[in-house]
Amino acid sequence: MELVLALAIGVLGGGGVWLLLRPRTFQVIMGLSLLSYAVNLFIFCVGGLRRGADPVLRTGAALTDYADPLPQALVLTAIVIGFATTALFLVVLLASRGLTGSDHVDGKDGAP
Amino acid sequence: MNVHLLAGPILLPLATAALQLLLGERRRGAASALGVLSCVGLLGFALALLAAVGDGTTLVYRIGGWPARFGIVLVADRLSVLMLLLTAVLALALLPGVLGRWRRPGSALQPLAQFLLMGLNGSFLTGDLFNLFVFFEVLLAASYGLALHRPGAQRISAGLHYIAINLLASLLFLVGVSLIFGVTGTLNMAALAQLVPQVPANTRALLHAGAAILGVAFLVKAAMWPLGFWLPRSYAAVPPAVAAMFAVMTKVGVYVLLRLSLLLFGAGAGAASAGFGGDWLLWGGAATVAMGVVGMLGARELGRLAGDNVLVSSGSLLGAIGVGRPAVIAGALAYLVVSTLAVAAFFLLAGLLAPREDAEEVPLLEPYDPGGLALYADEDESRPTLPAPVRLLAGGFLVAALLLAGLPPLSGFLAKFALLAPLAGAGPGATVLFALIVAAGLGTVIAMCRVGIQIFWEGEWAFPPIRAGAVTSVAILLGLCLLLTVLADAPMRYLQATAAQLHAPAAYIRAVLP
Repeated sequence: MELVLALAIGVLGGGGVWLLLRPRTFQVIMGLSLLSYAVNLFIFCVGGLRRGADPVLRTGAALTDYADPLPQALVLTAIVIGFATTALFLVVLLASRGLTGSDHVDGKDGAP
Repeated sequence: MNVHLLAGPILLPLATAALQLLLGERRRGAASALGVLSCVGLLGFALALLAAVGDGTTLVYRIGGWPARFGIVLVADRLSVLMLLLTAVLALALLPGVLGRWRRPGSALQPLAQFLLMGLNGSFLTGDLFNLFVFFEVLLAASYGLALHRPGAQRISAGLHYIAINLLASLLFLVGVSLIFGVTGTLNMAALAQLVPQVPANTRALLHAGAAILGVAFLVKAAMWPLGFWLPRSYAAVPPAVAAMFAVMTKVGVYVLLRLSLLLFGAGAGAASAGFGGDWLLWGGAATVAMGVVGMLGARELGRLAGDNVLVSSGSLLGAIGVGRPAVIAGALAYLVVSTLAVAAFFLLAGLLAPREDAEEVPLLEPYDPGGLALYADEDESRPTLPAPVRLLAGGFLVAALLLAGLPPLSGFLAKFALLAPLAGAGPGATVLFALIVAAGLGTVIAMCRVGIQIFWEGEWAFPPIRAGAVTSVAILLGLCLLLTVLADAPMRYLQATAAQLHAPAAYIRAVLP
C-alpha cells in the first residue's frame, strides 16, 4: 500500500509541476490542482497508514485502534481552502482571457 | 487581565466585514462608518494588549478551554502585540485616503480590507502552525480580491502571477507542516519547541526538511532572493492604498520566520538543530538587499521603485534574523516598524504623483545612466515654480526619501543605526550584511535623487489633481515616523525587551503548556 500511495503522490506531483511550468493558463490551473491532490494525499499519509482502524466516532474501541483523526482534519481543511482558491483562480483566469484575448500566462503570445 | 481580549483583533474585523457585506451597496455610508469603528477598535485592542504584555507576561487564550496540546490557542507576547499595533496603526492611517474613493458602486473593497486585517491579526496571534496556514489563506484570499480591484490587462496579468505563486507557496506550506507533524505528532508551536531537542537522530533530517520547506513558503511571502521576483511587479500594479497595506504583508513572512527560528531552533534546540537555517537567511537576505538596490536604480516607474524598497527592507530583516543576536533583533524590529510606515507612505506618494488611472500613457522615468549627464546638463537655473499642493508632496517625498535611505536626522537613521551597530563585529557574514545595508542606503539616495529631480525640478511632469484624503494619510504616516524620532527612547526599550523575550522561549513554552 505504501508503494502505491508513494507512486501516486509522485506521479501527481511530477505531472503538476510539469503542467505548472507550461505557458497556458489552463495548464497552470490543472497543474495546481494536481499538485494539491498530491499534497492532500501526502498529508493524509503522514499520520501513518493503517487498514481497518476505527474512526474516533465509535465508543468502546481501544485507544490504539483508532485512526489518527488529526491528519484527517488537516486534509479536510486543506481540501476546502484549496477548492476555494482554485475557484478564485479560475475567475481570474477567465478575466485575463477576456481582457487580453489570449490564454498565455503573460497575456500575450511571445516567442514559441 | 481578561484573556478573552485576545480574540478581539480577529473577531472584530470578521464581524465588521460580515456586516458590511450585509449592508451592501445602498448604505455605503454606514459601511464606511463601521470600517472606521473597526479600525479604531483594533487600535484599542492593540493598546490594551500592549499594556498587558508590557511587563513580559505571555497571554494565552485557550479556545473552548481545551488544553493546548489538543485545542487551539491564541498567544500574545511582546512581538505579537508589536505587530498587531503596527497593523492597526497602518490601517487607521490609510483610512482617510480610501474612504472617499472606496465608496464607488460595485466595490467590495471595504469588507475585503477587513478580512485582510483579520488574516493579519490571526497570523500574529495564533499559537499553532495549522491555524497559521488558515489565517495565511484568509489574508491571501482577501489580498487577491484587493489586488484585482482595478481591471486592466496589465493588472490582471500581474495578479495572475501573484495568485499562482502564492498558491504554490501555500502547497509548500502544507507539505512542510505535514512533514513536521509526521515527525513530532504535534503542530502547537510551544509543544514543538519542547520536542525538537528530543527528536531521535534518524528522523531529525526529516524534521529539518519539513522546517526548510515551511521556511521556503514564508520566504516566498517575504520575497527573499531568488523567490521575490514577483513582488515589485505585483505591488506596482495594485492600487496605492492597497500596496501600502501590502507593505505589512511581507512582514508577516518575516514575523513567522523570526518567531519560529528563535522558538524551534534557538539555543535550547540541542547541538544538532540550534541555529538551523541561519546562514541561509543571512546570505539570502544579503542577496535580496543587493537585488533590491539594483532594481531601485533601474526602476522606471514609481510603483516599481517602491516595490524595490520593500525588497531592501525585507532583505535587511531576513539577514538580521540570520545573525540572530538579541541586540541585532532589537535593531531589526525598530527597522521593521519604521520601514513599514515609510514604505507605505511612499506607495501612497507614488499613487499621488502617478497619472490618473485612465491616462493613455504612463510617463516613465529616464533610464539610469551613471556616465551620462542628461539630468544635469541643463544649467539655466530657471526652476519652474511648483504650485503649493505639489510643494507639499515634494516635502513629503523628501521626508520619505530620508526615512527610506536611513539618513539623519529622522527615525530611519535611528532604526538603521540600531540595526547596524550590533552587526559590526558579529562575524564575517554580518560584516557583509553591514556593508550591503550601508551600500543600500547610498543606492536609495541615488535612486530617490534621480526621481525627485525628474519629477519636481525638470518641470515636465504632469501632476494629477491632488487628493486631500491620500495627502492626509501620507501626513499621518510620515508624522508617526517623525514622532518616533523624538520619542525613540520608550519604543526602543520595548523592542530590546521584545528581543530578549524571543531569545528566552522557556517563558513562552511555560505559559502555553503549564
